[in-house]
Amino acid sequence: MDPLSVNIRNISKTYRDAEALQDVSFRIKRGELFGLIGPDGAGKTSLFRILATLLLPDKGTATVEDYDVVRDYKEIRKITGYMAGRFSLYQDLTVEENLKFYATVFGTTMEENYDLIKDIYSHIEPYKKRRAGKLSGGMKQKLALSCAMIHKPRILIMDEPTTGVDAVSRKEFWEMLIRLKGHDITILVSTPYMDEAELCDQVALVQSGRILSVDTPQNIIGAYRRRLMDLSASDLYRLKEDMEAYEHTHSVYLFGQKLHLTLKKDVAEEALTEYLEERGHRDLNMKSISPNIEDCFMELMVKA
Amino acid sequence: MNRKKTVIRVRDMVKKFGDFTANDRLSFEVYEGEIFGFLGANGAGKTTALRILCGLSLPTSGEISVAGYNVYSDREKIKKRIGYMSQKFSLYEDLKVYENIRLYAGIYGLSRKYIRERTDHLLETLGLEGVRNKLIAELPLGWRQKLAFSVAVFHQPSIVFLDEPTGGVDPITRRQFWDLIYRASQDGITVFVTTHYMDEAEYCDRVCIMEAGRIEAIGTPGELKGKYAAKNMDEVFIKIAR
Amino acid sequence: MKRFTGFVIKEFNHILRDFRTLLILFAMPAIQILVFGFVVTNELKDIRIAVLDQSGDRYTRDITNKIMSSGYFIFDGYLESTRQIEQKFREGNVKQVIIFEPGFGHKLIREKSADIQLLADASDANTANLVVSYTSAIIQDYMMDLRKKTGGNLQILPEIRMMYNENMAGAYMFVPGVMALILMIVSALMTSISITREKEMGTMETLLVSPLNPLQIVLGKVTPYVALSFINAVTIVALGYFVFGLPVHGSLGLLLLECLLFISVALSLGIFISTMVDTQQMAMFLSMMILMLPTILLSGFIFPVENMPDILQWLSCLVPAKYFIIIVKSIMLKGTGIAFVWKETLVLVFMMLFFIGSSIRRFKIRLE
Repeated sequence: MDPLSVNIRNISKTYRDAEALQDVSFRIKRGELFGLIGPDGAGKTSLFRILATLLLPDKGTATVEDYDVVRDYKEIRKITGYMAGRFSLYQDLTVEENLKFYATVFGTTMEENYDLIKDIYSHIEPYKKRRAGKLSGGMKQKLALSCAMIHKPRILIMDEPTTGVDAVSRKEFWEMLIRLKGHDITILVSTPYMDEAELCDQVALVQSGRILSVDTPQNIIGAYRRRLMDLSASDLYRLKEDMEAYEHTHSVYLFGQKLHLTLKKDVAEEALTEYLEERGHRDLNMKSISPNIEDCFMELMVKA
Repeated sequence: MNRKKTVIRVRDMVKKFGDFTANDRLSFEVYEGEIFGFLGANGAGKTTALRILCGLSLPTSGEISVAGYNVYSDREKIKKRIGYMSQKFSLYEDLKVYENIRLYAGIYGLSRKYIRERTDHLLETLGLEGVRNKLIAELPLGWRQKLAFSVAVFHQPSIVFLDEPTGGVDPITRRQFWDLIYRASQDGITVFVTTHYMDEAEYCDRVCIMEAGRIEAIGTPGELKGKYAAKNMDEVFIKIAR
Repeated sequence: MKRFTGFVIKEFNHILRDFRTLLILFAMPAIQILVFGFVVTNELKDIRIAVLDQSGDRYTRDITNKIMSSGYFIFDGYLESTRQIEQKFREGNVKQVIIFEPGFGHKLIREKSADIQLLADASDANTANLVVSYTSAIIQDYMMDLRKKTGGNLQILPEIRMMYNENMAGAYMFVPGVMALILMIVSALMTSISITREKEMGTMETLLVSPLNPLQIVLGKVTPYVALSFINAVTIVALGYFVFGLPVHGSLGLLLLECLLFISVALSLGIFISTMVDTQQMAMFLSMMILMLPTILLSGFIFPVENMPDILQWLSCLVPAKYFIIIVKSIMLKGTGIAFVWKETLVLVFMMLFFIGSSIRRFKIRLE
């Protein structure tokens, strides 16, 4: 078994009267790509800040590489690469200056760890004389990642690195993260995009400060007990309204041009088809499908 | 969909900031009652275009009319006919729920009696009667966004502009939000929406994809998927950008 | 040490790239001094002077002629008695009255010393100051000539009295005041803004999660401003000397050391402010409220502290600029050394230690 990199035990955090985290516990193995998935306000940032020693938990303990996040904060700061939500870059410094600055702050040089960041930095190296403020979202994200990695951290904590970044850059970013896994770095990423969960080794689904589930994406999907159907017809919205009115419906959600439907009990497809045809739906199409993380998330939300 | 009345007409719209061209000769039309998705990466020029259409800034050149009014000369008239909601700023956090509604409705000159009746109705439909006297700051993000949308269409505008209304919202609330959008569109309100979620692009009647200040593609989701031989809008987007 | 140097280089880059910062840093001192200069150096021309000559001898006539032919003044006429002085001033045309004591020439030759009284209308303080100093200079000049001719060690002592504004918010008072103000703004305001900017941009988060300790972060942020403020202090002293002929009678070295001390006080105050607020806007507001206004109003810069109500006098003891202005005036104008300003210096040292100490205690190693 791989050694433990992060161990969170019963962490709670309250701001004034708002509970940001409630009794959160989970473990992350060394070298894992771990995703913390949930909407805004779920407590993702608070949890990452606690791990990065920026916040103190009200209750509970956590260790990073066997260092306690409260007592051994100095040690943790030496081995952590942290990328804050709004990429912490100096907008008025050039790409190269930003990177050099973070290198000196961590007592290293660009040359020393160039191998580690080469794959990422090479994308933006042609623009190294450009100010960070003039970069596109995708390029900023790559620069921020390079800066967070320049000191060869043992653990990389990234708070919503893909928020506000276009779909293409998001995809590229995840490809880079997956390639980084070879370097024995534990990587923690938070994101509100459910589709990114499937790229992680392990994910925690969070909602309102509570962990809904922690497991591999496959196991989370495997734990989905209901039969999920994919349903479409020519008039999707009316189909949705009719399905919401249907007595056996457990849940019905829009997914692009389709509906994802679960029923309270097994109903024969014919009965369902009949129900819908009575209401004049044309081009009916239904099939059983396996759920994705978003389906699982919503199911867990409803249960919670 | 059959061609209806045009409510937004944009011809060769250009917006420059110094020597930077944020919008490069955009041309498109939006029809009455449709949900029009405006997609693109951050910095592609979406927000600039949105601000011009809302009458918040003037274009450098081009012919643009919104709700039948010219954006150069009738900006104040335009503002009366539209609603606007953004992810960042929507409601005053230190005002109560009903105070926010009253404030916005008052801005559009609606009568007190009308405001009172509609407020009750609105809170009832949203299931928010219980929080009528709560501060906005105390509500969860998802509720706030739903309320903000309802406030933006409170005065029955002919067009409502939504700037990333669902960013960071949980998947269930996100879908409930789209139900609201859909209902507004059924009531004949044209919806102009920007989003980063590609599955939401599929909910639109037509989408327009921007890239570096230009329109790269425009059409119904079905047309675009066919044109780019893509399974879903995510792929369309990636194929366009690459 | 390498970390620290890297930090300072980065900080210089920020400053040199921000046009507005540069403007505040370098244009503001120059503009302040020039505005001040414009106010003060409105050339003396055609100032009306009346003379009360109670002696009426050859020396008094010579001096009167010399003054009146200097080109700066117009002779308004002789006064008959001291009773007329008040009335003349009230009419408003005459800005200065020169009074020769009875038996002026006699005393000058016999006792080698005689008095001239220069009465100036100080309701226009700057003009009054200039008129008096011009007149004194001319009298001085005459005395030198006379010494050469007679070979004696003669002395003519002008006794100066300002009417209507005896505490004279005069020109010389402004240079130390402007200096205090500029150093306060550059040092305290700029550092507090530059630290809060990092908080606002979110870069402080990343700095905290690095092996840098609070002292390194703070010193790194502050060092460039020490250098820049010091350049400013030197500039102001130089401008004062070359443009306005403001002398530095005391030790220049001591003056610069005191400037450095005051800069340190201001910087530590700036750091202290930045530990209390999270936004640039708040930093700016607080700096204005607790630095600029007191520096202008309570330091004795414009309004003499002695004339204030007791409460304000006590409050003024908390204003660092008050001590700095006293020190600078003593060194520049009176030419005194550390022996006369050690108390004020000590107060500034204590203030600095207090603010640095509290800042380090308050500086958060975390976000809350």
